[in-house]
Amino acid sequence: MTYKIGFDIGSTTIKAVVLDENQQICYKSYERHKAQVRQKALEKIKELERYTKEPFQFAISGSGALGLCDDGKLPFVQEVFASATAIRKYYPDTDCAIELGGEDAKILFFKGSIEQRMNSTCAGGTGAFIDQMASLLDIDLETMNEVSLKHDKIYPIASRCGVFAKTDVQPLINQGVSKSNLSASIFQAVVDQTITSLAQGRNIEGNVLFLGGPLYFLSGLRDRFQETLKLADDQITCPDTAINFVALGTALCADKIFTRDELVSILEDLLNAPANTESTKPLFEDEEDYEIFKTRHHQSDAKYSDLSSYTGKAYLGVDSGSTTTKLVLLNENHEILYESYTSNKGDPLAVVRADLMKIYETNPNIRIYGSYATGYGEELMRHAFHLDGGIVETIAHYTAACLFNPEVDYILDIGGQDIKCFKIRDGRIDDIVLNEACSSGCGSFIETFAKSLGYDVETFAQLGLKSKNPVELGTRCTVFMNSGVKQAQKNGATIEDISAGLCKSVVKNALYKVIRAKNKKDIGEHIVVQGGTFQNDAVLRSFEQELGLEVIRPSIAHLMGAFGAALYAQKLHRTRSSILNYEELKNFTHKSVSTTCQGCTNHCALTINTFSDGSRLVAGNKCEKMIIHDQKEKLEIPDLFKEKDTMMQKVQKNVSHDKKIGMPLVLNNYDLLPFWTNFFDSLGFEVVWSTPSTLDMYHDGQHTIPSDTACFPAKLVHGHIKQLVDRKLPLIFYPCMTYNLDENQSDNHYNCPLVAYYPEVISANMELNDTKFLYPFLSFDNEKNFVEKITKAFESVDIHFNKNDVKIAFRTAMNKYRDFHEELVQKHVDAIKFARKHNLQIAVLCGRPYHLDPLVNHQINQLLTTLGFVVVSEESVPRQPTHKVNVLNQWTYHARLYQAAHYVCENPDMNLIQLVSFGCGIDAITTDEVKSILKEGNKFYTQIKIDEIDNQGAVKIRLRSLQSALAQNKGGQHG
Amino acid sequence: MDSSYASFTAEMKETSTILVPSMLPIHFRLFTPIFAKNGYKVEVLNNMQDSVKEEGLSHVHNDTCYPALLVIGQFIDALKSGKYDLDHVALVITQTAGGCRASNYLPLLRKALAMEGWQHIPCLSVNFSGLEKDSAFKFTPALIMEVLYAVLYGDALMWLENQVKPYEKIKGQTDQVIDDILNDLVDYFNNNQYRKSKQIYKYIIQRFKNIPRYDEKKIRIGIVGEIYMKYSPLGNQNLVDYLINEGFEPVLSGVMDFGLYCIENNLIDHEYYNRNTISHPLFSMAKSIIMHMQKQFIDAIDKDGTFIAPDDFSEVIENGKGFIDKGVKMGEGWLLTSEVVSLIKSGVSNVISAQPFGCLPNHIVAKGMVRRIKEKYPQANIVAIDYDPSASKVNQENRIRLMLANAKLAEQMKEG
Repeated sequence: MTYKIGFDIGSTTIKAVVLDENQQICYKSYERHKAQVRQKALEKIKELERYTKEPFQFAISGSGALGLCDDGKLPFVQEVFASATAIRKYYPDTDCAIELGGEDAKILFFKGSIEQRMNSTCAGGTGAFIDQMASLLDIDLETMNEVSLKHDKIYPIASRCGVFAKTDVQPLINQGVSKSNLSASIFQAVVDQTITSLAQGRNIEGNVLFLGGPLYFLSGLRDRFQETLKLADDQITCPDTAINFVALGTALCADKIFTRDELVSILEDLLNAPANTESTKPLFEDEEDYEIFKTRHHQSDAKYSDLSSYTGKAYLGVDSGSTTTKLVLLNENHEILYESYTSNKGDPLAVVRADLMKIYETNPNIRIYGSYATGYGEELMRHAFHLDGGIVETIAHYTAACLFNPEVDYILDIGGQDIKCFKIRDGRIDDIVLNEACSSGCGSFIETFAKSLGYDVETFAQLGLKSKNPVELGTRCTVFMNSGVKQAQKNGATIEDISAGLCKSVVKNALYKVIRAKNKKDIGEHIVVQGGTFQNDAVLRSFEQELGLEVIRPSIAHLMGAFGAALYAQKLHRTRSSILNYEELKNFTHKSVSTTCQGCTNHCALTINTFSDGSRLVAGNKCEKMIIHDQKEKLEIPDLFKEKDTMMQKVQKNVSHDKKIGMPLVLNNYDLLPFWTNFFDSLGFEVVWSTPSTLDMYHDGQHTIPSDTACFPAKLVHGHIKQLVDRKLPLIFYPCMTYNLDENQSDNHYNCPLVAYYPEVISANMELNDTKFLYPFLSFDNEKNFVEKITKAFESVDIHFNKNDVKIAFRTAMNKYRDFHEELVQKHVDAIKFARKHNLQIAVLCGRPYHLDPLVNHQINQLLTTLGFVVVSEESVPRQPTHKVNVLNQWTYHARLYQAAHYVCENPDMNLIQLVSFGCGIDAITTDEVKSILKEGNKFYTQIKIDEIDNQGAVKIRLRSLQSALAQNKGGQHG
Repeated sequence: MDSSYASFTAEMKETSTILVPSMLPIHFRLFTPIFAKNGYKVEVLNNMQDSVKEEGLSHVHNDTCYPALLVIGQFIDALKSGKYDLDHVALVITQTAGGCRASNYLPLLRKALAMEGWQHIPCLSVNFSGLEKDSAFKFTPALIMEVLYAVLYGDALMWLENQVKPYEKIKGQTDQVIDDILNDLVDYFNNNQYRKSKQIYKYIIQRFKNIPRYDEKKIRIGIVGEIYMKYSPLGNQNLVDYLINEGFEPVLSGVMDFGLYCIENNLIDHEYYNRNTISHPLFSMAKSIIMHMQKQFIDAIDKDGTFIAPDDFSEVIENGKGFIDKGVKMGEGWLLTSEVVSLIKSGVSNVISAQPFGCLPNHIVAKGMVRRIKEKYPQANIVAIDYDPSASKVNQENRIRLMLANAKLAEQMKEG
């Protein structure tokens, strides 16, 4: 036998294995390639001279190797296939192998029908994700692993994709959750992600093999897998070759014979071959071009003044962002006395404390006359340091931008992981767009990416400026960009080109994905850009190029929030600030404890911060319940979400029979509950509804979900069915309904495909044990037809109804359903009366009936009532005259949205907030239409995208921005 | 927004060029001459460069399905190219009026046009559900017949192309033969001889038979999916060519099956919900006529004996039973599942399901049914590929490659 060499070139690393004549491993390696794929492969081949005999058999695997193989006609082995080959040879008892790589996750099943699964284009990275999280926590992987072993609590972190998880982790960091718990929670998220996106209905059991870097290096991660999958110690194996496993399999598969010289010459040719990646215009033609650019932007430099000698009044602004804390101290002429921009390193309070100490030490006589906070950590800062107030970020940024250009009509802020932009019309903030969780991770993405390639962010950005052919990368979320970079690497793009390409992508992401700019006029003429990411000249230039406009970037682009807060303090605060003095700061301590609230069924995970003066701040609560109890007499603000919930419970309570039928409380059943409960009641059956969703319930059914990109409300169905099966109900009834009830407000009355046919998915993917599952295709359109079809369906499970009884049941149930709706409308009318009596704003919280599910809506309704909005829902809106819409209006639930939008336009004290489930294809159509209806009616449009992630922080910013925009508008009308 | 739309007037028939988005590379080439014969100037777009995608991204909500983005992007890109007189151009798009958002492509197209200030450009809807009736664009019985035949011949050519091209000895010869046949077909249409299908099929088969081919046996890979993604090279990044280059034989069922599926759904609506009581006999008749027409091709192939014939549609319907209820009728609905089963039953165990990222019906009928199919047919090797504007080709190819590697392994194990 000849020697065999296998390479595995992944997104970040290159692995090599050499097998000798006896098929024994005589060499293995694992190194980062820092995007220099071809160079590294060539070096490796040369290095292997000492370990091999010529000629040898050679093959390459891995996503980073595709281009190499195509261009050089080198033998390629698909990586999962390679793993499978090695597993069959070395670990034949394996039932299931889990392999995590830099960006890939794979599961291979060997028992029963052999199956191999890779993460789809949507599921985020794994190794790269852990790297990203480690840098967010500011610890290295080794430490992360060690501390994770000491955790005592796991926090829920989104398990679908890295970007989402980050949005979850950030608030936890801000709340002061310990790194042990965070690390373990992050590992758990990886585990959950792997299971949801890859197991897809198959149980991971038997002997499990762990492969790939992250699983090999991180015992904490293996622990999470073991515990989650309930595996005994002897069931898991993580071999020494875990990190080179694909290379090993590739070596086994290698069958093409090469001499070293042949291979070296092919690789050298490849190295010298011109790059053939799709590329775009360079950022700058030459040095001079760059100089002109720099000079132009210097015109927007902020002015400074000396702190130590200053005797006037000073104003402080603190912007406590998600990854960084910004602090600015101004004099009365808006000149900067002190500024700082510091990475939180997981402890933003320490950062601010150090800054304030420094200010006091530089000028012990400084007279601070106002101090305001803004940003994610606003509340924490205010309480900790006794600041005078807080403002919403959006207002802070606008205040700051006005100083640089009073005519500003558009502000775009790209920060560490948020994109915020707003339009200003007639001096008022008009349209606010925040990035949805799906496209965040903008600035910090460049940073993490730079790090993973072995550069610091400044150097990396500088490189981009010199790029001649910036690569064309995607415009979606960062996960896709990773793949794009992979592709570019494959084609041999340089670091310069990748850097410039990434900057262009971030800009395009902001423009086309978040702002969804259709053309330049959409944006504005006087654009001010800010946020840390725009400090990067390459990003700024990309933005100007993309828009074909010159924009203003203040030199303090990264400090604008804090600057605005300070300006605001100056505007509003006239007396000496209540901020802690030097002595108090010196003695400042802070302790945080996490606990679970027992106030209601939400069981919010609370973080209680206790400060040295004994004051406390509780974070993480969804309602004000635990805060309010010490306040006296509070208005109970009407909330139709809550009311409907109570009404539904009442319907259920009124029915009791010995014979029971299980039904899942999901999707359209949130609308049809009164119908089905009464229908079966009339026939002598009690419908046992599954209980409202909880995360545990979701996780229970998670492994049976076949398509992880379906919307969250649909994926929840699995947990509900599981619950009903566990309750040993003899029969679950869950009909398929192509057609919904016809409310005569639309051209047709469909359900969306998922609502209509999800029972099919359940039937094909879930083990139902002894429970029968009945899912006939029914429609309410024709009474006779309905009676006939449902009677026939029940005959198949040996339940025989008299057709006449069914007819009576149908009519009774339909009447009860209508009564239910009328009651809801009445409650709506009452709520409006209440609002007008107490002069409160009304929020029409729109979505679908199933957005009533507390796990789906994340209690946004409660958030709204705490902000002082009366909450009504789209389904409670009184029947409106039919309006023509610009889209094909053929879904019942969606028609309600258009009606609600028109209704809101007619009522000055109403505002529409649309809840959109991530992955809802139909809402791609409704949101645009609702927005345009509202725009015609001169109304704000607020859209909130939701899924399993609980991201109340961001939602709060949006709603508060809306609130202050409304207040501004009101002021405008009266003044 | 202005809600009155430009309609296609009788006068425009004379003066306007009607643009059709690309989808079926062979079929659509017959459309220009057929419509010309009926007095319309129709042009099928062939702009496929990246700007198509970019125009799509900036004119359509980015969460809309990928086909809408491409189709609308292709229109806008073409209109911007300067090749057309914007006052004498009309656009055509299909609507199925099903419960899937695809029926909203037309309103989305109009929104996109309005964005450019081109509200005056009429958009025609091709549908059989009575949507958008106010148009001078009329499907006369003769035109319907001609289009039907064009689609059938297109299906036949595509079906044979995939059985011949992977084996051709002289590269490019199959394409050349297809060009020749298309030219001949145009003559048949112009001379109103196009209904001589028996003779025409015989001729087509003969032409393909005459192409010198290698005798080896290649692994057959089925392609199913959302209709646009399944057929359109612009959508699926030339999937058919890719498979042929990698040494496989692609198998794509004809687009007429999708037409039959739509007809069948109307019959099912009658059976299930007592809808379409009046139109139901008409649909029934249409179904049997078309199936009869398809049968002629199947018979011609069987008689000749060289090539494998496509499945009879009634078999396809039958094959879905026990896997998915035929009440599932949005998007590709039960057809997709039935096609996968039909492929496996005819020995094509390796199937690629091409779908736009986030396609709603596909959660049900494609990914949702894989488990059930694999329970019955453990040898099934099915991979779902999501296409969207940014999913990079590497990722898609890698998934396809895994599937292909497994296909090869299964083949080796069968032999060894």
